Amino acid sequence: MPAVQETVDRVRAIDVDQYKYGFETTIEMEKSEKGVSEDVIRFISAKKNEPDWMLEWRLDAYKRWLTMKEPEWARVSYDRVDYNDIYYYAAPKRKTAESLDEIDPEILKTYEKLGIPLREVEVLEGIAPERRVAVDAVFDSVSVATTFKAELAKAGVIFMPISEAVREHPDLVRKYLGSVVPVTDNFFATLNSAVFSDGSFVYIPPGVRCPMELSTYFRINERDTGQFERTLIIADKGSYVSYLEGCTAPKRDDNQLHAAVVELVALDDAEIKYSTVQNWYPGDNEGKGGIYNFVTKRGDCRGARSKISWTQVETGSAITWKYPSCILRGDDSRGEFYSIAVSNGMQQVDSGTKMIHLGKNTTSRIISKGISAGRSQNTYRGLVSAHRKAKGARNFTNCDSLLIGDQCGAHTVPYIESKNASAVFEHEATTSKISEDQKFYCLQRGLSEEEATALIVNGFVRDVLQQLPMEFAVEAQKLISISLEGSVG
Amino acid sequence: MADVTNLRSPAEAGLSKLFESARKSFATEEAISREEAFRFFEATGLPSRRVEAFKYTDLRAAITEAAPPAEAPAEDAAKAAVAGATSFAKIEAVRLTFVNGHLVAALSDLDRLPEGVTVAPLNAALAQGDARLKRLAPVEQARENPVYQLNTAFLADGALISVAEGARPAMPVHLRFVGAGATAFSTATRVLVELGAGAEFTLLESHEGPDGVAYQPNDALDVRIGEGADFRHARLNAEGRAAVALSTLSVRLDAEARLETVNLVTGAVLSRHQIYLHVAGENANAVVNGAALLGAGQLADSTLLADHAAVGGVGREMFKTVIDGDATGVFQGKIIVRQVAQQTDGKMKSDCLLLTDDGQMMNKPELEIFADDVACGHGATCGAPDDDLLFYLMARGLPRAVAESLLVQAFVGEAVEAVSHEGARAELIGRIEAWLAARG
Repeated sequence: MPAVQETVDRVRAIDVDQYKYGFETTIEMEKSEKGVSEDVIRFISAKKNEPDWMLEWRLDAYKRWLTMKEPEWARVSYDRVDYNDIYYYAAPKRKTAESLDEIDPEILKTYEKLGIPLREVEVLEGIAPERRVAVDAVFDSVSVATTFKAELAKAGVIFMPISEAVREHPDLVRKYLGSVVPVTDNFFATLNSAVFSDGSFVYIPPGVRCPMELSTYFRINERDTGQFERTLIIADKGSYVSYLEGCTAPKRDDNQLHAAVVELVALDDAEIKYSTVQNWYPGDNEGKGGIYNFVTKRGDCRGARSKISWTQVETGSAITWKYPSCILRGDDSRGEFYSIAVSNGMQQVDSGTKMIHLGKNTTSRIISKGISAGRSQNTYRGLVSAHRKAKGARNFTNCDSLLIGDQCGAHTVPYIESKNASAVFEHEATTSKISEDQKFYCLQRGLSEEEATALIVNGFVRDVLQQLPMEFAVEAQKLISISLEGSVG
Repeated sequence: MADVTNLRSPAEAGLSKLFESARKSFATEEAISREEAFRFFEATGLPSRRVEAFKYTDLRAAITEAAPPAEAPAEDAAKAAVAGATSFAKIEAVRLTFVNGHLVAALSDLDRLPEGVTVAPLNAALAQGDARLKRLAPVEQARENPVYQLNTAFLADGALISVAEGARPAMPVHLRFVGAGATAFSTATRVLVELGAGAEFTLLESHEGPDGVAYQPNDALDVRIGEGADFRHARLNAEGRAAVALSTLSVRLDAEARLETVNLVTGAVLSRHQIYLHVAGENANAVVNGAALLGAGQLADSTLLADHAAVGGVGREMFKTVIDGDATGVFQGKIIVRQVAQQTDGKMKSDCLLLTDDGQMMNKPELEIFADDVACGHGATCGAPDDDLLFYLMARGLPRAVAESLLVQAFVGEAVEAVSHEGARAELIGRIEAWLAARG
């Protein structure tokens, strides 16, 4: 059955030619020389005042990267990036600011236009505090501001640009950096390890529930640059943190590269909730320009009863290549992946997740909705695996795709590998397994099967997305009411 | 990942050598180009884990030696080999017997073919440049497949079966493949089947061989189902336990054509059954089922590609795998729905029962959809027999082993029930029971 009109209209509202964040900020920038080489890496490392071990780490990664080939297995086609024709470091010329007043006003204006709060809202006594979000704003290769640092420090939470963390908390960084995504993991992650410039570092001490949402807002501004951010989040025993990520870029005719690495570590009883609203410039209707989003995101449920949850709303980027994953190492740990990926124009999305069950009684859930319109291609690619020792592992996967128009494609490539008899895996493209009881209830009240299914699944997704703070939820809210009607499985 | 170049394995070098000596017997102008097929094969070699389509079935590791092609057997030897062949033996059918990959006329019913059915030995058809050979070319994707390329390169014998328009032979044709020998050998056979418009035809296919010999059969069945024709196919893989058995089924469906194919695997240390469907005509209907019962050391791979290129096609694919010991089950299914194939209705399902902790199941049910008005679904499940169901049966006094057997029978039976031919269905169910009984 074809998509219903309401869905068509909603998807059109976020079509590529409606991109709102495509403006450019003119500002004086300092850049490395074009291309990547040991000298450029030394330059970046020196700019960040890094200790020697960090530089060595980068150079090792670079040597390794030189022997690697760009992966070709994803269902995307694009003009290969000339890795020697882009800048790996670009930062606003003004020195890092101590207070907001010292930041280049052009940058402040940029974030204002994007609706990102860089000023800490003073809370008056006696008035119920607003929901607050601490923001780390990354502009091209550097972090320009991090809010609420002092208040977070009171709770023992470390939230700072990773370049600062390398200097101020070297032990923590050394212990965990590259422990989830090894330096040699894949072509893009290895390149990132060599040239990463900034990103956020979060450490939540044992037993602490982070007092506010943390977020990083990534903005690519400068022409011909690549953004290589690195995020590392560690939730120590019994702690909790919710982290949000947003991204935008100017409209340009040429493609820009974004190759990030995100590592999450959850120790015993800890929980990390990682949400992304990915809205990089998707290119125009003819496929000109747009961001190449080649990202490695992985969470390690290292401790018993830990939990990592990925939520992503993907509407941007010309090419998306990203598979936020969970390694369920600790016994009774849990991984979740909720995704809505909408592709329009000439966008190509190849995204999904990996749930690797290693520990006993580990559980995971994957809910993925792909919607393709225009002439786009949208692929879900996922792996669920249970290793020999993963007794009692359970997974439920549900991925639905919807096509709008007859020029686009929707693809599903799931891998389900079970090496343990007590592991129970269910992969469903239809929704019959969700809850027969709920469906029966709806049908009894006169809803059609399709309506009932849509109601149940949408109700479920809505629950997830409504947990996003308002600043990030605007785009997401538009998507959640999209009906599943016409879903092709 | 770093760039890796595979060195030629001893088996690959052996295959090249064997091909060099085999080519002397080729006719100068062939309807099937073995040279080209082998060049393509040689360029890539035996597929390893690094080749996506062979990710779970590493033929490079499994085939360590190139077994020499088997010679045509003497009549006495052939008779002796067939004496022990029991598959579908009790079913009244027109038999075409292949021993070590060669059609044995004396053991075949070439002289009592039903009306409307003609059979030509493949060698004769090749020598005469039979026009049907071109018409019955396999589905495009099969041609690019290394297993099929090897089959083409070393093709030794086979048959060309034509069923006339509107013909409905009462008796099925039984392709009986029997392997015999004391040392490793390889076979390459191809059977081409053409169903004229409105024809109805049942084909049974069985594969048996000696247990202790590491022989390597490679069989292909290329079928074209004409408009409104109905093709029913039941296949039994009861190969010897050391065999590495590769097979390809390629089917083109014209408008309103119907296909029913069921494959039951109990034999071979490694088997890979590849199914290629090309839905070329409107409103075609395909039922593709598979069942595998695997014990210690076995690996069975079912790989399916259903390419819908016409309006209104219906596909129902169901695969059931039961794993005992340290066996490995593999299911790779892919449904492609092209832009023109609106109103396609495709459902693909792979279920697996793991009876022990040592077994493993790899599922990869893929969809590739370019049409917006379709209903396609895929499902995959994997797990141990349901404790609640076991408890229910045991509470009624059944011992655990019997209860488990009942559940397995019900589980696998679902895939086998689709066989329309009563005798064939009963035989396949009997095989399931025998497998369970042997398990104890």
